[in-house]
Amino acid sequence: MDIVKDRETFEKVQDYFKKSKEKKSSGFLNKILGTNNLGDIIFERLTLLFAVLVFLLVVFMAWEMYSHSTLSIKQFGWKFLINSTWDPAVTQVFGALPMIFGTMLSSFLGLLIAVPLGLSVAVFLSELAPAWLEKPLSFLTELLAGIPSVIYGLWGIFVLVPWLRDTVEPFLQNEFPNSPFFQGAPYGFGMLAAGLILSIMVLPIISSISRDVLKSVPDTQREAAFALGATRWEVTKIVLSNARSGLFGAIMLGFGRAIGETMAVTMVIGNRAQISASLLDPGYTMASVLANEFTEATTDLYLNALIELALVLFVITIIVNMLAHLLVWSTERKWK
Amino acid sequence: MKFKILSLAILFAGLFAAFTLAQVKLTGAGSTFDYPIFSKWFDTYNKMTGVQINYASIGSGGGIQQITAGTVDFGASDAPLTPEQMKTFKEKRGTDIIHLPIIMGGVAITYNLPSVGQGIKLDGETLADIYLGKITKWNDPRLVKLNPDKKLPNKAILVAHRSEGSGTTFIFTSYLTKVSPEWAKKVGNSTSVNWPVGLGAKGTEGVAGIIAQTQGAIGYIELAYAKQNNLPYCVMKNKAGNFIDVNFNTVSEAAAGAAKNMPKDLRAVITNADGKNSYPISGFSWIVVPKDIKDYSHAEALVKFLRWAVTKGQADATSLYYAPLPKQVQKLDLEKINSITSNGKKL
Repeated sequence: MDIVKDRETFEKVQDYFKKSKEKKSSGFLNKILGTNNLGDIIFERLTLLFAVLVFLLVVFMAWEMYSHSTLSIKQFGWKFLINSTWDPAVTQVFGALPMIFGTMLSSFLGLLIAVPLGLSVAVFLSELAPAWLEKPLSFLTELLAGIPSVIYGLWGIFVLVPWLRDTVEPFLQNEFPNSPFFQGAPYGFGMLAAGLILSIMVLPIISSISRDVLKSVPDTQREAAFALGATRWEVTKIVLSNARSGLFGAIMLGFGRAIGETMAVTMVIGNRAQISASLLDPGYTMASVLANEFTEATTDLYLNALIELALVLFVITIIVNMLAHLLVWSTERKWK
Repeated sequence: MKFKILSLAILFAGLFAAFTLAQVKLTGAGSTFDYPIFSKWFDTYNKMTGVQINYASIGSGGGIQQITAGTVDFGASDAPLTPEQMKTFKEKRGTDIIHLPIIMGGVAITYNLPSVGQGIKLDGETLADIYLGKITKWNDPRLVKLNPDKKLPNKAILVAHRSEGSGTTFIFTSYLTKVSPEWAKKVGNSTSVNWPVGLGAKGTEGVAGIIAQTQGAIGYIELAYAKQNNLPYCVMKNKAGNFIDVNFNTVSEAAAGAAKNMPKDLRAVITNADGKNSYPISGFSWIVVPKDIKDYSHAEALVKFLRWAVTKGQADATSLYYAPLPKQVQKLDLEKINSITSNGKKL
């Protein structure tokens, strides 16, 4: 009896939609927009405008940076990317390589520590944690993301750097006296400090996005595995492998955050434009150079070189973020 | 009804007063080093005369760009304009630019050696070689020779410098450039340079922080910061061969020493100055203005303010980390200010 009734309702609803569709397909406006409602049209156009504006803003920024760095682009060409001298005073030669190196190395170090930690946190939160623990724990990890970076920097100067100088770096030098990575005087300030600070800063990004990615893996996968007699660990492995490109995307987003980080890094990295294998040596990142030198850059070429450096950073950030979003999107689409 | 009329009258009176009081607004941009004293001056001057002056502390480079583009009434810079920049200015604005030394800064060399205490003696070449990485230990023979009365430890020297471009760095590197040919060739003189050794830290507090935390560290910081925080500092040998303590008097003395043969355009970098009691690492900060200003009311207000700043305004200097301009330089400034015209007319 009920089934017949349901069937009738279903047909009625179907009928209604058919009719409304027919009604829609008349008239000029709806040939373009699929609707006759003026409010809808205005709303759509308005949102479209804003969406396009955001895109144009990015293009405009890139153009502005390019047009304000022509002097340096003309003078140094591609050598700007591979030259390792940054001399604003005597020779006025500008090469971005030490900063590109510093940005990449410090971000990589940060990821080296943050990825295993962040992924473990995400696995615990999505696979293992009981519901009452999951909420407060994810809230706490995400709280780390809200701390202003200058606070991390201050903490770096007053806590991390003395600890590295007095405990960690002497220990590393004792344990690995011949390793090229731990040469030089242990100042505390340097690449290692920058990497550690960055790892704390990107941890919440990696863990929260990874958790979302893991959660988007359908439960049927887990149930199927359990039904076949898989252990907890084996199930987790299956979930992780299904979510791998999304997890990779989360890592890339963390990387994107790390390469753009300015304040905290410049406070602990030692700010020297050099390329050194030793993690105890000071280095420099693109973002820190900009923050440090932009205001008092007095000559045109110097200013142009700084803007070109910003352009390089901009392009690298965009590439990294695009890759990340592509990967996250590709996992999500797989399960929809 | 009466009440309404009364309140209307008050309103109109208020509006009228506001209109008559509306004075010329001046704008300036540039040096961050000058910002603390400028904001004090502008506040005091506004209360005295009603003239409002807005200042954007965007850095010396930005200040020079803005005054060249003509978007501000004056620029402020810790380094004088280069000849090319002056040429560009002339081409764009059709008039010369005037440099006015507006305030002075001294740079103290501070260090962290608890066992030694205050007043290590240094000369220019030795300081340059420390910053070039050629002297790496505190008990280097050259340091011992300068300080026979002190027991210098066998400790590594950690060199600290400012990471961001700054007027203090300009003064410091200008000194090293003058006293060390090798420094001049390798590193040079600018608001930020390619440091051969050491750690860069952001701001005076950053440099002071590295020094406070690390035994054996040496760094250069603004004079008043060192004084206020009771940091030990070096006694520097000046051009005349005397070892000079750094304080407001010896810094002003350096300007007085330089005033005798000041270049006509006042673009004098006064590090390593002549004079028996001149502290060698001292420098000016400049306000730069066009020689001919189109807008008469702006020109008039600006000239009045500048006259006040280079004379009475100097009294505020010491309380805000600066050294005041000596009388001789104030006089040179006033002469320059008197040469400012508006459309060719004297002010």
